[in-house]
Amino acid sequence: MIPLDQLEKGKLATIESIDNNQLPLKLIEMGCLPGTNISLVHKAPFNDPLYLKIDESHLAIRRETAKHIFVRLIK
Amino acid sequence: MSKSLNIALLGNPNTGKTSLFNQLTGLNQKVGNYPGITVEKKEGIFRLNRTTKAYLTDLPGTYSLNATSMDESVVIELLLNKSSKDFPDVIIVVADVENLKRNLFLYTQVKDLGIPTVLAINMSDQMKRKGISIDIPLLESKLKTRIALVSTRENKGLDLLKELLINYRQLSILPTFKIDDIDQNYFDDLKKAFPNQQLYKLWLVITQDVNFAKIERNKITDSADFSTLSETHLKKIQQKETVKRYQLINNILKETLFIDRESASDLRFVLDRILIHKFWGYVIFFVVLMTIFQSIFDWSSIPQDFIDNTFASLSELVKSKLPDGVFTSLLSDGIIPGLGGIVIFIPQIAFLFLFISILEETGYMSRVVFLMDRGLRRFGLNGKSVIPLISGTACAIPAVMATRNIENWKERLITILVTPFTTCSARLPVYAILIALVIPQGSFLGLSYQGLMLMFLYLIGFGMALISAWILSKTLKIKSKSYFIVEMPNYKLPLLKNIGITVWEKTKTFITEAGKIILAISIILWVLASNGPGENFSKAEQIIKTNNAELDQETLANKINSFKLEHSYIGILGKSIEPIISPLGYDWKIGIALISSFAAREVFVGTLATIYSVESNAEETIKNQMASEVKSDGKPLFNLASGISLMLFYAFAMQCMSTLAIVKKETNSWKWPLIQLLSMSLLAYTIALLTYQILA
Repeated sequence: MIPLDQLEKGKLATIESIDNNQLPLKLIEMGCLPGTNISLVHKAPFNDPLYLKIDESHLAIRRETAKHIFVRLIK
Repeated sequence: MSKSLNIALLGNPNTGKTSLFNQLTGLNQKVGNYPGITVEKKEGIFRLNRTTKAYLTDLPGTYSLNATSMDESVVIELLLNKSSKDFPDVIIVVADVENLKRNLFLYTQVKDLGIPTVLAINMSDQMKRKGISIDIPLLESKLKTRIALVSTRENKGLDLLKELLINYRQLSILPTFKIDDIDQNYFDDLKKAFPNQQLYKLWLVITQDVNFAKIERNKITDSADFSTLSETHLKKIQQKETVKRYQLINNILKETLFIDRESASDLRFVLDRILIHKFWGYVIFFVVLMTIFQSIFDWSSIPQDFIDNTFASLSELVKSKLPDGVFTSLLSDGIIPGLGGIVIFIPQIAFLFLFISILEETGYMSRVVFLMDRGLRRFGLNGKSVIPLISGTACAIPAVMATRNIENWKERLITILVTPFTTCSARLPVYAILIALVIPQGSFLGLSYQGLMLMFLYLIGFGMALISAWILSKTLKIKSKSYFIVEMPNYKLPLLKNIGITVWEKTKTFITEAGKIILAISIILWVLASNGPGENFSKAEQIIKTNNAELDQETLANKINSFKLEHSYIGILGKSIEPIISPLGYDWKIGIALISSFAAREVFVGTLATIYSVESNAEETIKNQMASEVKSDGKPLFNLASGISLMLFYAFAMQCMSTLAIVKKETNSWKWPLIQLLSMSLLAYTIALLTYQILA
């Protein structure tokens, strides 16, 4: 299990757990929940923000937020 | 008898909600307030059938009923307020067929309010290409409502939607979800304490109080049976609610939604690779910006000259056709030039909105936000501050409105405070005439000095915006959790109808709202300039005539006008501030222009025209008049030092009442506009003073 900001570009992973106290409710409501498929589509220059595909949603969030999402790679 | 129906339109951003609104209402719509990007309540009227009229409210796009921005709170306020005249009889929730799961999250919340709700699944034209199929009857029964598959792009499915709306009374108002399941104990207590309330609504009111403590609302306070929970505990329950709702939706979609993964499109992939490339992405954005500026200033100049000339000749016509008198003077010197001052901005504002709406509709704007966030964050701004900063080059009013989708209050406030530094179009006429006056002809590396000066003024505007943002971010003690979530929508060809309506609506509201203020000010200016105390004003004609008997008619008339002005109320005002502004290299006449500019900058040129008693408004003649102005020592008043000092003063000073008014409205306090006014004016004064003292 790794924090999302360490996920490599293009790899598919599943959200394993989220830090409930740190993650904004809005992100959870947009589908960022344990069990959901997630992949890193792009990184902005200096690796921040991160452009993600969470289920069918394409979202960009900052690195500091991504640290509170933990994912497991899908083989 | 004709009936009428209140309908509310709700949905996630980027679902084509506004397209549906435009398809249904056409131009029968009005925006309740100043123009913004996707803000404020929009209302429209259309016919459902021969006897039923529908009043449709387009609510701001939202992902959830738990509001986190001011825009979203509009939604929840309307839906919870049963006594509002806009309270809907029926709600349409618009969903994007490609992201049904997330869209249904909002739907289940809305449905649980107990208001009849129709689900409109949009972009059905994409289903075949994306390999999506839906079992509509089964989904309808699971969601306890009726569904209309629509395509706003191909104008399909709207008849079914209208039919469902007419028969809204047949829709179930049962909730999709049992809210008690989330936290049995908590909701049992809640029920006991407020037995007559609908539980989900109650829950929303409680949680909104937490998120929106600043907004006034009747708070639910502790009572004997029920104690309020801490914010963290409430947030936990909200998260549980979210998880449970998604479980419900997942289970429903498992049986009703089928996607053939093979047929995914790669347009997004290809375009993203270029448009957010770490080098080319910025180059492209720079080119896009240059194109926008170029067109705002170049393409608008032809219609603007035309408008300028038309109003000037209208003024002349009124003067020559109507009998002399107060009314004629008010009309020709006050109201007509005042109106002209508003209308002249139409081309620039329209072009700006045209470009911004194209950038938004295509999905490109989100990519810019993505590219710029990191850089802007260093200055305490947000990637989303890009839109206000670009809009600010046309006008700070829509720019300040466009900050509403910045979730972080501190970043939003800083954006609002620094936006007026960007070079708005009202500064342009001031710069144009001063540059022509004091910057020499000639060129450097093929670029003219005059052009370079203008570019420098634009850059210094942006630069000062960034510097002050940085200072504010270090000094403002506001605790707000910094987070940033931007949806990266699919790339789409913009719909012509959407863009046309946006440009029309926004330009119209800008003209009427800002226009009122500009018009009022030009009338006040006229009153102050055409009245004065004492004999010097009332007997100006006699005094000048006796002292200058040898002059010809025209020169005499000019002399009388400027003598009158000197002794009018506004002239006295100008004279009284002369001691303060003479270290900057200005005289009392420039003082008058400065005072009147505090209402709106563009008044500068017009005021100087009046002051120098030039008959025509043509730039050349004002310029010649200004060039021949001399100081008491015989040297020209407008020289390099005073000219640059004046330009820098205009670059930094907060000289726009309309902007102050909108800042007051957006920040909900007089504190911020006052701080803005004082600090910007002080900065402008200091820099202008230093410039003049060093250069002179």
